[in-house]
Amino acid sequence: MSKIPAYYGFWHHLGSWLLKTSSWLVLLFLILPILVIIPLSFNVEPFFSFTEGMLTLQPEAFSLRWYEAIFSDTKWTLAIKNSFLIGIFATLIATVLGTCAAVGLARDDMPARRLITALLLSPMIVPLIITAAGMFFFYSDLGLAGNYLGVIIAHAALGTPFVIITVTATLTGFDYSLARAALNLGATPLRVFFDIIMPLIRPGVISGALFAFITSFDEVVVILFMAGPQQRTIPRQMFSGLREQINPSILAIATLLILVSIALLVTIELLRRRAERLRGVERID
Amino acid sequence: MADLAGDKAFLQFTNVKKTYDHKSLVVKDFNLDVAKGEFITLLGPSGSGKTTCLMMLAGFEDVTSGEILINGRSVTSIAPYARNIGMVFQQYALFPHMTLRENLAYPLKIRKRPKDEIRAKVDEYLSLVELLDFGNRYPGQLSGGQRQRVALARALIFAPDIVLMDEPLGALDKKLREQMQFEIKRLHEQLGFTVIYVTHDQTEALTMSDRIAVFNNGIVQQCAPPHVLYERPANLFVADFIGESNKLKGVIESVGEDSVQVRLEDGGLVSTLKANCTEVGQPTTVSIRPEKLSFNDRLGGAGNQVMARFVTRHYVGEYIRYHFETADGTELVVKNMNDSSAPQLSAKEEVALAWLPQDSQALDRPVA
Repeated sequence: MSKIPAYYGFWHHLGSWLLKTSSWLVLLFLILPILVIIPLSFNVEPFFSFTEGMLTLQPEAFSLRWYEAIFSDTKWTLAIKNSFLIGIFATLIATVLGTCAAVGLARDDMPARRLITALLLSPMIVPLIITAAGMFFFYSDLGLAGNYLGVIIAHAALGTPFVIITVTATLTGFDYSLARAALNLGATPLRVFFDIIMPLIRPGVISGALFAFITSFDEVVVILFMAGPQQRTIPRQMFSGLREQINPSILAIATLLILVSIALLVTIELLRRRAERLRGVERID
Repeated sequence: MADLAGDKAFLQFTNVKKTYDHKSLVVKDFNLDVAKGEFITLLGPSGSGKTTCLMMLAGFEDVTSGEILINGRSVTSIAPYARNIGMVFQQYALFPHMTLRENLAYPLKIRKRPKDEIRAKVDEYLSLVELLDFGNRYPGQLSGGQRQRVALARALIFAPDIVLMDEPLGALDKKLREQMQFEIKRLHEQLGFTVIYVTHDQTEALTMSDRIAVFNNGIVQQCAPPHVLYERPANLFVADFIGESNKLKGVIESVGEDSVQVRLEDGGLVSTLKANCTEVGQPTTVSIRPEKLSFNDRLGGAGNQVMARFVTRHYVGEYIRYHFETADGTELVVKNMNDSSAPQLSAKEEVALAWLPQDSQALDRPVA
């Protein structure tokens, strides 16, 4: 907390108090809907609201039955399997393509750099429903609708911009005399990439990959258009669960999703700090 | 060119030209023959084209026209990674994610040398640059001078035919720079590789090189051993760029075999060495080094003379700089050793300054 300056009068104090209060309110407004899900997922009753027992913290009001329900229902287990399968393969494709694109776009002699960047990032900016509809019609003609390959490719396209952005960020200020030095020492351009460029941009590549994974993992619109019953992912299953069988298993799976997302975000942050530390060491001259 | 008798040129630049924008030439017509084991410095102001020549040799820039030959073979058709040329970069370019040992081992690993040999070589070169105890550190943990030594060792470890150095000492302070100059010279003498060295620091060029090519505006003004460059500069640019020189304006009066007579603007007639001004009536600049110009009584009336008024003196330490002005306002500087011979002068005192004909040259005079 910052120290309150001595010259503060009544109005200063009032103003600073209002600022603090409203900041906290905004934060609560953003985070409460997410937090409230977690205790509700342990509800013993099939309701979406707090029971009297839960409010008085009686142990018998809580249970893991909805978690159990998820893991014993083949619809949910298939959805979990699908989410990871699609997420992992889409991430692999997005990471390879995004890294190559970023390295290419960082070159001085790259023609039409801005135009290409804009095109590659467009899946992030164009409303998802439009991308999804476009993909649906285009992929249907190619026989890619309603199968794993189609969904994976679609999600890879959505994840690639994140990889491009994070890798481009690590490439700004990249010392290209290192690449020249490696060439000069006898390394072919391919070796230069794997021995020199890749290790130095790895933090960007990994955090881009994690973003791509989260994108695929949370995505429902494209899945609604593209996926057949066999490719239902967790968000898609939640979507139909909300309409067909209202019970707190949705809350249980939501809690699990929140945990996965938090774990990934923490990983990204740790990587960022590590990268900064590495750069920091180099800066001491 | 000097010192090449009987030695077939090992590295040749022939009519090399370079343009980046297809309008102006950065390198206009570069010709240079380098013997094996020679230490050649490309010296010139920034933007004069010297680094571009280095980059063309290393393969990082295309040659617009002309040829670069190593052992008679054109390099333009060889990829940069296949040229076997070592290079020391201005900012060292050490791989930050590798330890010193890994940095040094990298070129050998690429060449698929056996592990034992690599280890032995790395040890040898680390001790050569006196960093044997630092092998497991990362470049980020070293000082500037230490990094520079690693960069040098890495450029030498794979026994390249030619080693290029692009202002390698530019980022170091003066003391460290002098130490490293000595170090590079020592390694050069010990290992006998050929060096192409780029710098804009004339002292560095003079102390280290076998020959120096002075660049200006994409053209080599003169390529000669240091003492020739200093004592017999080919034109006014070289005389000005290397060291200091006093410049007296005049017109060529008569031309002899090795010398010319010059009528100075104040009317005096002086004799001087013949250089790039050889026609009677041609405007010329008589160039004299400040340490060759002395107070008249020292030469006992021999040699050339010019009258000037004392302006001020600067105490430098080992010598004293005296500033004079001639009647037409030309500034003259005399460097005198700080010994008993250093005269005491009073303000505006009129003094005769003298020099020997063989210590001056009649160089070109740019039209104002």
